[in-house]
Amino acid sequence: MSNCSCKDDRIQALDAVLEECGHDAGNLITILQNAQEIYGYLPSEIIYYVAAQTGVSPARVMGVATFYSQFRLEPVGKYLIMLCKGTACHVNGADTLEDVISNELGITNGQTTKDGLFSLKTVACLGCCSLSPVMMINDEVFGLLTSDKVISILNEFRNKAEGGKDA
Amino acid sequence: MKIVVGQGSCGIAAGAGKTYEAIRACMKESEAFELGSTGCNGMCFLEPIVDIYEGHRLLKRLVNVDAAQAERIVSAVRENRLEDLSDLAIRAEDEQFLTQQTRIALRNCGIIDPVDIRSYQERDGYKALEKVLKTMTPEEVIEEIKVSGLAGRGGAGFPTWFKWNAARQSPGEEKYLICNADEGDPGAFMDRAVIESDPHNLIEGMMIAAYAIGASEAIVYVRAEYPLAIIHLTEAIKQAREAGYIGTNILGTDFSCEFRYMAGAGAFVCGEETALIESLEGKRGMPRLKPPFPAAAGYKMKPSNINNVETFANVAWIILNGGDKFAAMGTENSKGTKVFALTGKIRRGGLVEIPMGQTLRHVIFDIGGGIRGGKKIKAVQLGGPSGGCVPEHLLDTVIDYKALGATGAIMGSGGMVVMDEDTCMVGMARFFLDFTSKESCGKCVHCRIGTRRMLEVLNRIVEGQGQEGDIELLEELCYSIKDGALCGLGQTAPNPVLTTIRYFRDEYEAHIQEKHCPAGECRDLLMYYIDPDLCKGCTACARKCPADAIEGQVKAPHRIDPEKCIKCGTCMSNCKFGAISVR
Repeated sequence: MSNCSCKDDRIQALDAVLEECGHDAGNLITILQNAQEIYGYLPSEIIYYVAAQTGVSPARVMGVATFYSQFRLEPVGKYLIMLCKGTACHVNGADTLEDVISNELGITNGQTTKDGLFSLKTVACLGCCSLSPVMMINDEVFGLLTSDKVISILNEFRNKAEGGKDA
Repeated sequence: MKIVVGQGSCGIAAGAGKTYEAIRACMKESEAFELGSTGCNGMCFLEPIVDIYEGHRLLKRLVNVDAAQAERIVSAVRENRLEDLSDLAIRAEDEQFLTQQTRIALRNCGIIDPVDIRSYQERDGYKALEKVLKTMTPEEVIEEIKVSGLAGRGGAGFPTWFKWNAARQSPGEEKYLICNADEGDPGAFMDRAVIESDPHNLIEGMMIAAYAIGASEAIVYVRAEYPLAIIHLTEAIKQAREAGYIGTNILGTDFSCEFRYMAGAGAFVCGEETALIESLEGKRGMPRLKPPFPAAAGYKMKPSNINNVETFANVAWIILNGGDKFAAMGTENSKGTKVFALTGKIRRGGLVEIPMGQTLRHVIFDIGGGIRGGKKIKAVQLGGPSGGCVPEHLLDTVIDYKALGATGAIMGSGGMVVMDEDTCMVGMARFFLDFTSKESCGKCVHCRIGTRRMLEVLNRIVEGQGQEGDIELLEELCYSIKDGALCGLGQTAPNPVLTTIRYFRDEYEAHIQEKHCPAGECRDLLMYYIDPDLCKGCTACARKCPADAIEGQVKAPHRIDPEKCIKCGTCMSNCKFGAISVR
């Protein structure tokens, strides 16, 4: 546990959230959203911690964490690819793009590459239907995608990550 | 003059943020013109859009403006030579997209600055709330909404006044007013556009409703997938509170009401009102048994009323202009306007608001400009996973709750996805069942297991493993799920399958009997093939193939390895000699 101090910071941040939400299980979703923001995912000890702090069973917290698609129980890669599989994207070829990404990165939906760089997650709709097919990498949206374009975008992110390492 | 850049989510995805920054970078410290920002005007197909105004008058609308044009735009505006920008100006035929619309819910979208309350106030913002609080009783407000004929825009089409009245009449001091902004229907984005582009309109509509039912708190339940909408809503709530439209003794009256939002966490079923309430209470979003209805026992088991974003977006307009003016538009049983998100294989995709009673054909062809790439329209999907596909021969159906219901589809929240001859209807049905089976909350056996069984049958059909009797089996499952499910998600989940069987049974039969996909979309039934007589061995396909499935020497015919091929079609679109075909 070499990063104790930063862990403390995170618990402190979570405690502040719990305080703000009045340790109320009625705000469980908001609390978990903040916890995920702090930790990047919901580690099991945090599920137990939130349960104890809000006075409900860990099963109840786990039930909420597994019900909603936003919550993750595993860490994600540096770049989270959210591939839209909404109706408009489906009609405009999102399934093919999923194959292209899976093929290029060697991962399927829900997985992370071995180097921890990319995670792939398909989502129901990003609401940019007029630019379909669409994907979002971290906070950036990419529209009017083709197989070629997807590969070159992935390569850009790879280069960006490598450049970051060198610097 | 003022340069205004449209920065809704669609615009930003198309690069509007970069355009805005580039224009700002080109401006000097003291310019005679300003730079501003607005939301989405619904012309998503032309993003990024830059408008140039003189006062409130639009001088020129520039479309598809990338950052490289910034320098030119700034100098043309500075020198008052807008004619220099005519190559960027919107084309007359594209303008028809807006001129054929009647905008009420979207009246401010793409015009005002969404995070500047003054911008909303200048367009009669909060005058309706003032009128209601100072001159009308809650009963008079409900009566005005009754006269307007406004019905729930989330999909069910239930009369709004009836719900308000039920919540008003319900005994109890503590009441809640909730806005359902959990826009889960994939393919619909009008609620996102309203919150992003005109958040004060939503707040005003909700505060009027809160007054009508006697609520002490108003809550927006908004999708977490809409980060920009949440930012704008947060800012708008802050401004409205500072201006005295939210809080205690609003505008000096006895009426007090708090306002907040909660971000959902991604569950389609939370669009169902009782599931949404469960979620608001921090639980798994599983629907409750009705009755009691939310009007009697909703959030925290107190009387509550839930309406959709678009419903609230009409309220302030109705109060200011009169319910009769709203009711003058539309048909006998569907009043006012409806917003549709027009997407799919359409030429001009975006947000369309039109009076009820116009035909689907008018929306798709006159406003949307018809199908892209000269293909033929096959069907239009309405209402998302709860709706159905309306085939080409029924496109003269008018937009009306009853008339659309008769086709097997529904009005829904307004998703309108247009499909051409390359879209496989069995694949479409499979797509929606894949969605609903994943989104089923699991409470009712018929929905939880039935949708899964249906998906298995549809999967085997599109994979070429369909069996005689599969269509009948699907129909049987459809009716038992409809009967056995508690909430709207389950009861309507079979609709996409039932309507495609009803109108496109021949496509199902072709998949099952001939193992053939007439649309050429089901990949397990396709084979990409290089004609050795036409292939020049240019290697373009092999270099572009993302799966390394193409082999061959330079200047010799290439071959596709069907084992490796992922059937993405990249080779076909990159072949200059037309040597690659699909069988």
